[in-house]
Amino acid sequence: MSINTNALPDPVEEATDSLEPRDVPDPAVAIALAPPIPKINLFKRLLKNPMGLFAMSLLAIIVLTAVLAPLLAPADPNLASLQNVRVDPGTKGFLLGTDGAGRDVWARLLTAGRFSLAGALLAVVVAAAIGIVGGLIAGYYGGWFDNLSSWVVSLIMALPGIVILLAARAVVGPGLWTSMAIFGVLLSPAFFRLTYTAVSGVRNELYVDAARVAGLSDASIIGKHILTVVRAPVIIQSAQVFSIAVAIQSGLDFLGLGDLAIPTWGGMLNDGFQNIYLKAILILWPSLAIGLTAIGSVLLANAMRDELERSGQPVKRRAKKGETGIEREEIITHPEPITGKELGEVLLVVDNVSIGYHQSDGSIKHVVDDVNLTVRRGEVHGLIGESGSGKTQTAFSVMQLLPQGGEVTGGSITFEGEQIAQATEAQMMKLRGTKIAYIPQEPMSNLDPSFTIGSQLTEPIMLGQKLSKAEAKAKAIALLTRVGIPNPERTYAAYPHQVSGGMAQRVLIAGAVSMEPDLLIADEPTTALDVTVQAEVLDLLRELQAEYNMGMILVTHNFGVVADLCDRVSVMRNGRIVETGNAASIFADPRHEYTRMLFDAILDETSVREDYTRTASGAVAEGSQK
Amino acid sequence: MSALLEVKDLTVDYPGKGFRAQPFRVLKNVSIDIREGECVGLVGESGSGKTTLGRAVLGLAPVTGGSVKYKAKEIGHASREERRQLASEIQVVFQDPYTSLNPSMTIEDILTEPLRVRNVSAADARKRVLDLLDAVNLPQGAADRLPREFSGGQRQRIAIARALALDPQLIVCDEPVSALDLSTQARVLELFKGIQERTGVAYLFISHDLDVIRYLSHRVAVMYHGEIVEWGPGSKVTLTPEHPYTQRLLLAAPVPNPGLQAKRREQRRRLIAEQASLGLDMAV
Repeated sequence: MSINTNALPDPVEEATDSLEPRDVPDPAVAIALAPPIPKINLFKRLLKNPMGLFAMSLLAIIVLTAVLAPLLAPADPNLASLQNVRVDPGTKGFLLGTDGAGRDVWARLLTAGRFSLAGALLAVVVAAAIGIVGGLIAGYYGGWFDNLSSWVVSLIMALPGIVILLAARAVVGPGLWTSMAIFGVLLSPAFFRLTYTAVSGVRNELYVDAARVAGLSDASIIGKHILTVVRAPVIIQSAQVFSIAVAIQSGLDFLGLGDLAIPTWGGMLNDGFQNIYLKAILILWPSLAIGLTAIGSVLLANAMRDELERSGQPVKRRAKKGETGIEREEIITHPEPITGKELGEVLLVVDNVSIGYHQSDGSIKHVVDDVNLTVRRGEVHGLIGESGSGKTQTAFSVMQLLPQGGEVTGGSITFEGEQIAQATEAQMMKLRGTKIAYIPQEPMSNLDPSFTIGSQLTEPIMLGQKLSKAEAKAKAIALLTRVGIPNPERTYAAYPHQVSGGMAQRVLIAGAVSMEPDLLIADEPTTALDVTVQAEVLDLLRELQAEYNMGMILVTHNFGVVADLCDRVSVMRNGRIVETGNAASIFADPRHEYTRMLFDAILDETSVREDYTRTASGAVAEGSQK
Repeated sequence: MSALLEVKDLTVDYPGKGFRAQPFRVLKNVSIDIREGECVGLVGESGSGKTTLGRAVLGLAPVTGGSVKYKAKEIGHASREERRQLASEIQVVFQDPYTSLNPSMTIEDILTEPLRVRNVSAADARKRVLDLLDAVNLPQGAADRLPREFSGGQRQRIAIARALALDPQLIVCDEPVSALDLSTQARVLELFKGIQERTGVAYLFISHDLDVIRYLSHRVAVMYHGEIVEWGPGSKVTLTPEHPYTQRLLLAAPVPNPGLQAKRREQRRRLIAEQASLGLDMAV
């Protein structure tokens, strides 16, 4: 068999689009694209988010009034007037009254905003500069700098911030800018940790390797690939750190540790506090300013996080029901062969089952439509198809183990004469593990790493068969021996990470057959295994299936596995079965074009590369072809 | 004719985890060579060291001993600057089409990245992008899209286009089709073959799948536990192997034909019994 690309209508890549490929060598091979996804930038999305809009407007007003303070302020904020001490708000000439020294509160509030905001901004800039640069270098290069900087960061985090600031004031004297710069250093671990985590996560991504191979310098790799990952979390972090810095800075000034020559919100708070029995309202204005600034920046951070997380959701690409183009197609059924082999009792009947997922907009997206499946005792029924064909969904629906939001929306599932499509969780608990067992694709993720293999095997045996611990252990060891584990005692006592993937899969198979189930559902049981291990696991499955005379549903994408194990096959595409019947008959005579296409795509021993030859001109010729 | 790439007695150690831990030897005295325009297949199971060999050629794995020569020049310990020069000679296509493209860059940015480093003008780069998209049979509208808008097979085409951007002489292909569906895999393999026939680029093609290796490789090396156990012409190694491990590998892959597969199962059982009686029982 050879690959015939031109005849392959690719189900995954096939999509409608008006884009016309330019000057395509072979039109049949050209690939259409899915419709484009609109891109909206973060700022526009924030404007649409009510919380984001509110926070941004609030901050914009605060920043604007601070910037325009010299124009807006009606008087010199530092001009004390003993005639006008503690004037009521609204008095002519004094919008918000005056403070304990007779200075205009409104003018001070506006001007203080300049210094308070600038001071907080300085802290954020210092913290971000140190934290991001340090985190980038430590995360990207690792090595001694990584160790040293983690150590320094831990030290800084252990230091009591306020004490350091007080000590700094004692040494260098009062100063808004120095104290905020020192506070920035103290805040830098917040940025360091964030950057470090993001960078070390992305450093080993394949696209960074590809950039290295492409000859990019470290600087451009960091600029292009690494900083983009850090950007969004850093912006969010900055907004949060900013609100902290405003609060701390006000605190320092409130304690009287700031520069008294500069009006700040904290300084105004201090003045208001001194006059609290004479003019309580003086404390309100700076509190409002500090509170609104902090609220604005925290809300903005939250809104940005919400918007960024929303865009992180995977883009759903599957065609909706009715758009697949294969709707209500006749299922090709191969007739039963006339054999002497007696057919076993019918174990499982899946009748016209549809599976849908609830969407956030209230609709249901169907992933499986009208699937019919029969499994008899002692029979292996293969479900084969490409990714997204619904084969695993179908298998999971039998056990009622569909992922969150999924449910059987139509049809019936009958197991040993009982209707189980709508069974309660309690009823299913009785069936699962005892009558219906399951073997997963990823053996390692299906074993709990914190318990020994023995304890994970014996627990269901003790519960299900009412055996004592010693009996259960004897049975588990017998099972481990049965599934071909060379040293069962040692494996029994081992933790999952101490055994190989092939061994872990054998353990899960032992667990699955421990209750002598009637039906075994195997979801790609050998896909994660090496090919030599796959052959052994397939042998084991075949032997156990015969030994216990189990019915079995085998989900796979590999026709070799089907040929090795299955009596019956159903070929699935886009949530529907397109061809079903006896395995030998389908392999001998695939009738549906999709089945034939899959067969044509298989590489086998006739697809050998021609011998290497090389012509004088430098071009490569292909053996006998040229 | 001298080889394009010559790997001789290559040894790679990874540092052990923890203080004063023994380094872990991933490759032991591995030697292969690749001629111009040739596809050399590297087959083996997980942990056999085949990916490490590819990464050592690319300068992404530490070379402990032996030599890696490209056009008779030693590159095993090349500096960053030398590597930058080599970028237009040796390129890579990775296994995972989902993590090998930066999700926040458009396809055009991804494809022009290696060009812009070399001061190609924006207009020339744009033109080159369209040519590259043509070469991998993607429509030119793809240039302004983001990777998430493409299927696995399409992403792998983009990764191939990126590898081709600098007209390299050698592409290291690390399991480039193993994450793809059967029919998509067939089309991508066909693309690899077509590009080689057209441009004369050489491949170091790494895969765990003997059928894939057989389809594309002129010569094949079989790796087992960090060593090459068999090395020779593709048809010979993949159809009538001599080494017991390769023989087992060949018979372990199930064939899509129930009758033939039953026979093969029998053959495999006999082979294992035979090898066991000769004392060749290999721990798997």
